[in-house]
Amino acid sequence: MHDAAKIVGGLVLFAAVMTSPFWYNALTAAPAAAPALDPPPNGSKECVEPRAYMRANHMDLLNEWRDLVVRAGERSYVSTANGRAFDMSLSRTCLDCHSNKADFCDRCHTFMAVDPPCWDCHVEPKEAP
Amino acid sequence: MFEKALSGGRRYWAWIVSLLVVIGVGAACWYWQLSEGLAITGLSRDVVWGFYIAQFTFLVGVAASAVMVVLPYYLHDYRAFGKITILGELLAIAAVIMCMLFIFVDMGMPARILNIFLHPTPSSMMFWDAVALGGYLVLNIVISRVTLGAERRGDPPPHWIKPIIILSIPWAISIHTVTAFLYAGLAARPFWLTAIMAPRFLASAFASGPALLILLALVVRKVSDFDPGRQAIRALATIVTYAMVANVFFVAVELFTALYSGIPEHVSHFAYLFMGLDGEATLAPWMWTSAVLAVVALVLLLNPGSRSSEASLVVACVAVFASLWIDKGLAMVVAGFVPSPLGRVVHYSPTTPELAIGLGIWAAGLLVVTVLFKIALEVRGHLRPRSR
Amino acid sequence: MDASRRGFLKIAGLSLVGAAGGSTLVAAIGEPGMAAESLTADPPASGRRLAMVIDLRKFGHDGELVERCIRACHRAHNVPDFGADRKNEIKWVWAEDFELIFRDEEFRYLRRDLQGKPTLLLCNHCDNPPCTRVCPTKATWRRPADGIVMMDWHRCIGCRYCIVACPYGSRSFNWADPRPHLESPHADFPTRTRGVVEKCTFCEERLARGGQPACVEACADDEIVFGDLNDPGSKVRRLLAEHLAIRRKPGLGTRPEVYYIVEDPRTLVETAPAAVVPGAAENDHV
Repeated sequence: MHDAAKIVGGLVLFAAVMTSPFWYNALTAAPAAAPALDPPPNGSKECVEPRAYMRANHMDLLNEWRDLVVRAGERSYVSTANGRAFDMSLSRTCLDCHSNKADFCDRCHTFMAVDPPCWDCHVEPKEAP
Repeated sequence: MFEKALSGGRRYWAWIVSLLVVIGVGAACWYWQLSEGLAITGLSRDVVWGFYIAQFTFLVGVAASAVMVVLPYYLHDYRAFGKITILGELLAIAAVIMCMLFIFVDMGMPARILNIFLHPTPSSMMFWDAVALGGYLVLNIVISRVTLGAERRGDPPPHWIKPIIILSIPWAISIHTVTAFLYAGLAARPFWLTAIMAPRFLASAFASGPALLILLALVVRKVSDFDPGRQAIRALATIVTYAMVANVFFVAVELFTALYSGIPEHVSHFAYLFMGLDGEATLAPWMWTSAVLAVVALVLLLNPGSRSSEASLVVACVAVFASLWIDKGLAMVVAGFVPSPLGRVVHYSPTTPELAIGLGIWAAGLLVVTVLFKIALEVRGHLRPRSR
Repeated sequence: MDASRRGFLKIAGLSLVGAAGGSTLVAAIGEPGMAAESLTADPPASGRRLAMVIDLRKFGHDGELVERCIRACHRAHNVPDFGADRKNEIKWVWAEDFELIFRDEEFRYLRRDLQGKPTLLLCNHCDNPPCTRVCPTKATWRRPADGIVMMDWHRCIGCRYCIVACPYGSRSFNWADPRPHLESPHADFPTRTRGVVEKCTFCEERLARGGQPACVEACADDEIVFGDLNDPGSKVRRLLAEHLAIRRKPGLGTRPEVYYIVEDPRTLVETAPAAVVPGAAENDHV
């Protein structure tokens, strides 16, 4: 191979630069604290579905609710966990308990650098005066 | 093959850079439009389609006009078009890309554009227009890539490309038929509710497209040693002539139906265009200019002497292109909205950022034409690499 | 390029085209409601056919009631207020002069009470809507169960083709962000974003909760009546059977479902509340 030193050297440099976020963070930064979510201010203990399920699937659940409400005209959701019926509404059901968006939704979203467009339209209930 | 576009003389690069500057300005304005919304355009609650969609409508015709060189050459063995066919196909690629860009910048939620394909709606002409345009782009890319690639190797093109080329003929007709159908089936807009819309689109396409092709071929002849040949230019000029006659005739019959019947909701749009309504006469000078240009073009084209003289042919082609650009690219779309269904006369004129974005897209189209023509001409050996 | 690489690219390209085309075909066949929609949709025999009857005899010339209805609707739905800006304004229901709404009639020597009367107009929720026919994504569609022409603001791409196709000017587009023009949006109904089309949805969210449209609730004396035309005992059916009502541009074949009673106000009779007939849909709880 001609210019072997330059080619191999360049490849090594490239690999080092491309993997730099990983080894830099491994060597220097302290582990980031997991976001702490405040419990619902109204003291409610039971969500639409269990916590582990909601953590993993709330985005899919909300998408499902969106299509059911808007396109199929159905508004009642029966929880698979506790059998209760809920009105499928982000602003009126979810935010009824999790009324402080900044202390709940935004904590994880900001941590994960996720910006869901829901809030462009769906209005947060006002903080109680 | 694309590396051929990256080598060129000073004139070439000056042209490319100036195009990039115009594109850059347009892109900056589009970025502003993305953050502020379409409120920065001149569009309003009553005139919801304007400059962008009108440019798209005009360019669909230019894109389809490739069929006017492909059909005679491939279907009827018209040898004289042998050299110019590739230019027609490459121009079609650029025109379709411009069409798609104009639609894209007009959308309220461009990030959702794939919804057209994720939720196909066969009752909507816009769905079929998206399918037709996308398919036509793919067709022309495949055709020009394969034929040019074969030429570069010195081989004849593979046999399977022939049916694809034949397919592009009815497909070209379909792209602006479906675009005409966008307008011609709407009960809400009496100005467009006419069966002659699709034939008019065809006629103006086959006049404006080949006119542009003639002009581009003459420019190419100036900057390289590519010569399409006198016969090809003459044949194209004949096509432009007949198509322009048909187009003017179609406009005349439309005027007759509207004006003779005297139905207010038909007359009012023509009145707005040519004379203005309620003091709103923005388009009137443009319409009369378009009419004069059409007459000038026809005089020059119908006279065999002036048609065969290249100097007057150039004037005629510019007149045809300008006249039809005004007609389809400015007047037709806006006049459909004025007066509104409630009879309101609303002013519309494109704002500066709107024009800048439009100009940027035209520059992008010219960039595509330049790059593709450069590749094609070098493949054919009409351009010697310049020694510095 | 050697033969095997070219062959691979050929097969890859064909597979991509086949996959894209095939999935489009599957989506087109599987999309609910598509098979049911024909270009000349006949009214369904079953289900509800919601409609509105606007009794113009009960509207005055001062436009006060009309303003009340508009405010009720726009407040209920967080519709932004653009003030005097007619270029970017959004309106779900608004008022125009009577003669303007029925321009095709070319009224001359019109009866006094109708001259210049501020008349409410809104989406007609047509039975054969041209707007839903042209929407490329089915972001707007006609609900077969009750005839409401619905909007899905999550799907709308903002192409505005529906606005172009509507013969009544019922639809508005969000040219700019609506939030700065909303004094205090409430959480009962989402706002919309810049870039989507919006219009009256017959308050389907209130109907689902057993209520009536906001503009109907703003009325005191059946100035606007709302109900099911498929129910022969409904108030809307009775009103249409007993009074002369017209619709906007019915000749276009759209079958609009907002009716305007245009009789002389002197035909209004002071009625005692009608006797409740057991089983009749007296209150039109829809």
